[in-house]
Amino acid sequence: MYPKDYRYTKEHEWIKVDGANGTIGITDYAQHELGDVVFVEMPKVGTQLKTREPFGTIESVKAVSEIFSPVAGEVIETNSALADAPELINKDPHGGAWLIKVRLADPKEAAALMDAAAYETYIAGKAKEHSA
Amino acid sequence: MTTPATAALRKTALNPIHRQLGAKMVNFGGWDMPLEYSGILSEHEAVRTRAGLFDVSHMGEIEIRGPGALGLVQLVSCNNAAKLAIGQAHYSGLMTSRGTFVDDLLVHKISDAHYMLCVNAGNQDPDYEHIVEHNKFDATVENAGPRHSQLAIQGPRAKEILQGLTPVALDSIHYYHFTFGQVSGVECLIARTGYTGEDGFEIYFSPEQSAKLWGDLMQAGGPAGMLPCGLGARNTLRLEAGMCLYGHEIDDTTTPWEAGLGWICKMEKAPFLGSDVLAQQKRDGLKRKLVGFEMLDKRIGRDGYPVLIGGKEVGRVTSGGPAPFLKKNIGMAYVPSEFNAVGTDIVIGIRGQGEAARIVALPFYKRPQ
Repeated sequence: MYPKDYRYTKEHEWIKVDGANGTIGITDYAQHELGDVVFVEMPKVGTQLKTREPFGTIESVKAVSEIFSPVAGEVIETNSALADAPELINKDPHGGAWLIKVRLADPKEAAALMDAAAYETYIAGKAKEHSA
Repeated sequence: MTTPATAALRKTALNPIHRQLGAKMVNFGGWDMPLEYSGILSEHEAVRTRAGLFDVSHMGEIEIRGPGALGLVQLVSCNNAAKLAIGQAHYSGLMTSRGTFVDDLLVHKISDAHYMLCVNAGNQDPDYEHIVEHNKFDATVENAGPRHSQLAIQGPRAKEILQGLTPVALDSIHYYHFTFGQVSGVECLIARTGYTGEDGFEIYFSPEQSAKLWGDLMQAGGPAGMLPCGLGARNTLRLEAGMCLYGHEIDDTTTPWEAGLGWICKMEKAPFLGSDVLAQQKRDGLKRKLVGFEMLDKRIGRDGYPVLIGGKEVGRVTSGGPAPFLKKNIGMAYVPSEFNAVGTDIVIGIRGQGEAARIVALPFYKRPQ
């Protein structure tokens, strides 16, 4: 379920590092928590992001959620498919519904984030908290 | 596993079934209720095009009985219950002495000496106390929520689905009328009412029959594409249909005139709680009015967001969000009376940025007749 070559944050973002660049999105756990996504607001290309700084919002029917950058870097591309089809985030959160691509300030920064196994353990703990 | 948080919440008899179906649960007015099962958008679409089944057992039922029943109902409720036939219901407001809302409700006339009031889940105890406090008619007032469960089946195919489970000829129950009859062999009050803007029924019955009725209805509705629906879709459906929600469009600071609910406020009957204040407000004119609006672009004006006209904040969004069937973003808000014309351009403040919106006529959605 959770791609082994991605890294994950506690706020449920993922990042796939490709040399000097990274692709960022939200996880399947996050899209399930959000419910049906109806609108996505993204930063402009060229925006400088700091680690853990909010860079946009994902709106579901009931709520607005901020998205936090897993790393520092510069936005080089945003996913234009999401403007007309925000529901892609629910359908394909790890693939077609990537949010932004960044030029990494430090290509090694993402390595310190949780790997897939650690993230799966983390969300299993959260699921126990929730179910009642 | 029960957490301390959910242990304190009230639960309907169907709670285990909602959890078994994998519903996302939410705390609604102190009740542990299903927010959504397959998703709010899919549930909303099901109700508009086929049918949806809602567990609304959290709603309250207050029974008023005795020779003084009509007198008491007439005092506390602003609509004219003397005009109800046996087997008829109407929408009304429970009024404070200031002409504002204690709650909104449906009043059902079961007999000359028996009325059943369906009230909001979170208000049932205060409503009961309020009615008892004003009971100078020696009527019997019962807070009957605990001995009622309620299901709502709503949508263009609701009647056809329910008909398969009842000997009652549903065509003979007109809109806002009700009867007593069996559904799946269970004695029910069957009412042609609802909170979605679609045709449909609300059925009231004894809680121990909940699982049987839910199961039989789900089975009957399956082939027609009926879905279980939660409070998320209940809210998007009522908003799209321009219906008020207590605590949002109406509360103890709003009057029926301001809320566009003058049609439930019958000043021609004998004085009722708050009628003197309402008569005065009518003479003085209204300072503010509830309007519907539509966002002009894709951003969503939500509950509590500021409404600006001419650069000045004039009110707040009372309810706002996506209208899934109409494919727009809509909302309601109170604006100063002089700005309430349909077509007026307004601005909704969305996280620090002004977004254009326009006042539109209510309701946003009306079902095809």
